[in-house]
Amino acid sequence: MAYEKTYEEINAKIRRGEAVVVTAEEVIAIVAEKGVEKAAREIDVVTTGTFGPMCSSGAFINFGHSNPRIKMKKVWLNGVEAYSGIAAVDAYIGAAQLPETDPENKVFPGRFTYGGGHVIQDLVAGREIRLEAVAYGTDCYPNKKVDTLITINDVNEAFLFNPRNGYQNYNCAVNLGDRTLYTYMGILKPKLGNASYSSAGQLSPLLNDPHYKTIGLGTKIFLGGGIGYVAWNGTQHHPNVERGENGVPRVPAGTLTVIGDLKQMDPNWLVGLSYVGYGATMAVGLGIPIPILNEEILYYTAVKDEDIFCPVVDYAEGYPYKKPIDLGYVNYRDLKSGRVEINGKMVVSTPQSSYPRAKKIARTLQEWIKQGSFELTQPVAQLPLADAEIDFKSIPERSPNGFTINR
Amino acid sequence: MKDKVVCYFSAAQSEQPIIYRLVKNYDLIVNILKADINPQKEGYLVTELEGERAKYEEGISFLKSLGVIVEPLSETVMWDEDTCIQCGACASFCPTEALSIDRDSMEVSFDNSKCVICEMCLECCPTRAIRLHFEVQGAAR
Ligand code: SF4
Ligand code: SF4
Repeated sequence: MAYEKTYEEINAKIRRGEAVVVTAEEVIAIVAEKGVEKAAREIDVVTTGTFGPMCSSGAFINFGHSNPRIKMKKVWLNGVEAYSGIAAVDAYIGAAQLPETDPENKVFPGRFTYGGGHVIQDLVAGREIRLEAVAYGTDCYPNKKVDTLITINDVNEAFLFNPRNGYQNYNCAVNLGDRTLYTYMGILKPKLGNASYSSAGQLSPLLNDPHYKTIGLGTKIFLGGGIGYVAWNGTQHHPNVERGENGVPRVPAGTLTVIGDLKQMDPNWLVGLSYVGYGATMAVGLGIPIPILNEEILYYTAVKDEDIFCPVVDYAEGYPYKKPIDLGYVNYRDLKSGRVEINGKMVVSTPQSSYPRAKKIARTLQEWIKQGSFELTQPVAQLPLADAEIDFKSIPERSPNGFTINR
Repeated sequence: MKDKVVCYFSAAQSEQPIIYRLVKNYDLIVNILKADINPQKEGYLVTELEGERAKYEEGISFLKSLGVIVEPLSETVMWDEDTCIQCGACASFCPTEALSIDRDSMEVSFDNSKCVICEMCLECCPTRAIRLHFEVQGAAR
């Protein structure tokens, strides 16, 4: 009979300060030395982490009311519009939103020095933010305009709600064309000038639990320097993809929707980013503890960079125009070495996701659990699994007016 | 030719249409990188001047004839360790390994003495932790 532990048993050990907690990097050597069976008995929790640009992030804010009351039609925070078609004084600020005055790519490549992600970082840092709102006025909400300064302490609620974070694996981006490309994967030099990748590899949460055996709805996590929860599968969650023998997807697969109170987060772990020629976004710190319930779960956490492969994708034609161009796969050990072989050529690799910061998250979570201040939660429901039948959809091309759609 | 210079002005000089003359009389493309003129109208201007060599030199002589102090620009690259998130993107663009990654820890560090100010790293840093710093000596003389 295989060895099994329960969440309750692990939490009891955490409360007693006896839990054995290691990071997803440390576990590799332990398993190599002791074998899966012995290590699974000894280790209670493996902590993971990732810190990189995560589009599809944002925050809900309830501002409270002005006097007289207002039903905000449009809202701006430091000039960056937040969506307010939710209620009277609720809004959602998205990390990728730009100020209306941003020159964008009019002079190419644009700088995108400030956006929604920077607003969120400023909020979390406790800085003053200019809040502007306009309204048409109603009997119950007569005010038509607000223009003031607020800090995070002045609002009722502010919580991060990121519809797609923690991508389980991602493309390695290259440029087969002959001009420099400015993308969300950074600058791509022409003619296979560099190869950009964005994953914490062996430390990344979903790569350590490839079949979502412990990470599910309700899982308590490290989010933005504070505590958060997995709220749902992320958008574009696509678990039914090609996987290696170790269960690890060979292409972008699972994703998470995460939620957490912004008021207890830290600006070091939610950082506004500017990608030249592309736009603004935010780096999000995310860490997930994996309870070692049995040997199989431990086996997955021992995954190494060299056993995680990602597809090389051309961003000149392949990605933007959905052209199938086969450039093979590379592994994260080679990517992290600084050079990878693609199409018979040695190419310099450019990381986007911060490995040192990912490690720091895994270590922080490890400390929290060891100290007994962070217990594990059993998911209340599973994410859609690898046997799900999820189609990856595209926007249909139909003609609402009977006209042909021109490309 | 194209070069960057720092021009130090006094109040009298800053009231003259110097840029206009550089463009009109010497056919120079003037790209102002940084300017700081104080309320007493003294200050400096960091510009990139581009044009034919002969015209360029005449333009510089013209500035000097007005009493503007013109000096070649000395720039340095500054790496703000606190803003840096250690993503490592810059290091793959740096030709001299002034920005480099320790492959074991994946940590980025900056060695100013190796930097040749090629500016390759500036665009690729998503946190703007790398900045160009213009060395400007005190106030205008
Ligand atoms: S300016 Fe050039 S040499 Fe200096 S750190 Fe940046 S890329 Fe390296
Ligand atoms: S690109 Fe910027 S944030 Fe990333 S390692 Fe270099 S200096 Fe740091």
